Amino acid sequence: MLWIAQRASAAVLALCVAVHLATVIYAVQGGLSAAEILARTRGNAAGFAFYSLFVLAVTVHAPIGLRSVLIEWLGWRGRSRDLFLLIFAAALAWMGMRAAVGVFA
Amino acid sequence: MKKESSYWVFMVHRVSGIALAAFLPLHFWVLGNALQLDSFLAWTEQPLVKLGEWAIVLALAAHLGGGLRVLALEFLPWRDWQKGLAAAAAALALAVGLALALAL
Amino acid sequence: MKVSVWKGGAEGRFRQFEVPRQASQTVLDVVTYIQRSLDPTLAYRYACRVGMCGSCAMTVNGVPRWTCRTHVDRVLDKDSLSIGPLKNLPVIRDLVTDMREFFDKWARAQGQFKGNRSKRDDFQAVKPASAERMQVDAAIECIGCGVCYSACDVVAWNPDYLGPAALNRAWTLIRDERDRNAVARLRAVAGDAGCHSCHTHMSCTERCPKQLSPTAGIAGLKREVAKSILRGEF
Repeated sequence: MLWIAQRASAAVLALCVAVHLATVIYAVQGGLSAAEILARTRGNAAGFAFYSLFVLAVTVHAPIGLRSVLIEWLGWRGRSRDLFLLIFAAALAWMGMRAAVGVFA
Repeated sequence: MKKESSYWVFMVHRVSGIALAAFLPLHFWVLGNALQLDSFLAWTEQPLVKLGEWAIVLALAAHLGGGLRVLALEFLPWRDWQKGLAAAAAALALAVGLALALAL
Repeated sequence: MKVSVWKGGAEGRFRQFEVPRQASQTVLDVVTYIQRSLDPTLAYRYACRVGMCGSCAMTVNGVPRWTCRTHVDRVLDKDSLSIGPLKNLPVIRDLVTDMREFFDKWARAQGQFKGNRSKRDDFQAVKPASAERMQVDAAIECIGCGVCYSACDVVAWNPDYLGPAALNRAWTLIRDERDRNAVARLRAVAGDAGCHSCHTHMSCTERCPKQLSPTAGIAGLKREVAKSILRGEF
């Protein structure tokens, strides 16, 4: 059921986001540079695993969340809506993994 | 019609969710272009962009706060104090926003 | 004081009346005065006038309330009052709404008890202090007044949504150990038209004149549906 998937992915994301926010706030101090960031992340297998999980959870959570908005605020009913969401999920998954590879591989 | 706090927490939760869903593809795209990251990072030094970044992080914190509230309402045994969760969610979001503002 | 009252059906307008203030006056008193002394064509509903039947529910200054239990002092906005029919329901005329859809949804949520004992069987003993029974007792006093349904944003956004009252009643039956219709009822309340569309705005809980919490019952339904799916009953 979508609800179970949504709440399960939410629980996973709660943890991922907490870690991500802490990391971002820490990293942003003293300015950012690509070299600095990539020096820490490249070749980091644990980081890759973590962010891959993050991407997976987002790919589940975001489309299901948007689904309610599309139904309730745009009145979008029928299969075209679900098709749109599937495409959106696929796009998130592809772009997300591309980003994870780009930063961690 | 007068709206109580739970309604606003939900509205923030929904709007921040929409904002995040719109932002994420862009975020992933930029990170995927890791080799060109420096030139992009130079662009992000502009104050408007910094404000946007801060707003997105605030949206993430707000969405997390609202989401934790929903999980608490749906999974924990029902108690009266749960009505106050709206305030807790807002507090969490503000705390994170402040932390980031200080760091930026 | 100036009182604006909705006149018409789905199309109509607010008509203004001058109504004398009394000490200890309820909004129902105001509506009754208007109908008896100022506009005999005004259509409205009431029955018990003491807060037991729920018939007098209307929208007062934008908020759904029992008009017999709403003192004018508590809602008067400067010198004026606005009275309209309950929201989210079709208007028959003036302050009277068509409540059929409200009760149809009650039926669609399987809001009826289905037991399996006859008068030849012994009573089923239900412990009043059991956790389940206490959950039922906390939600059982609903009299179907429609205030929660009228307050709910999701009902406004999604015409199929069963609504807080119907779902609350389904919850009391799910928690009733004598009931034998659990799986069918869970199927009826699951999905976009059911409990999963509740976004915990809690307008229902805030407005319920009997201090019930449909939000709590709906959260319970979500859990029960999930458990049922994981047990393979769907």
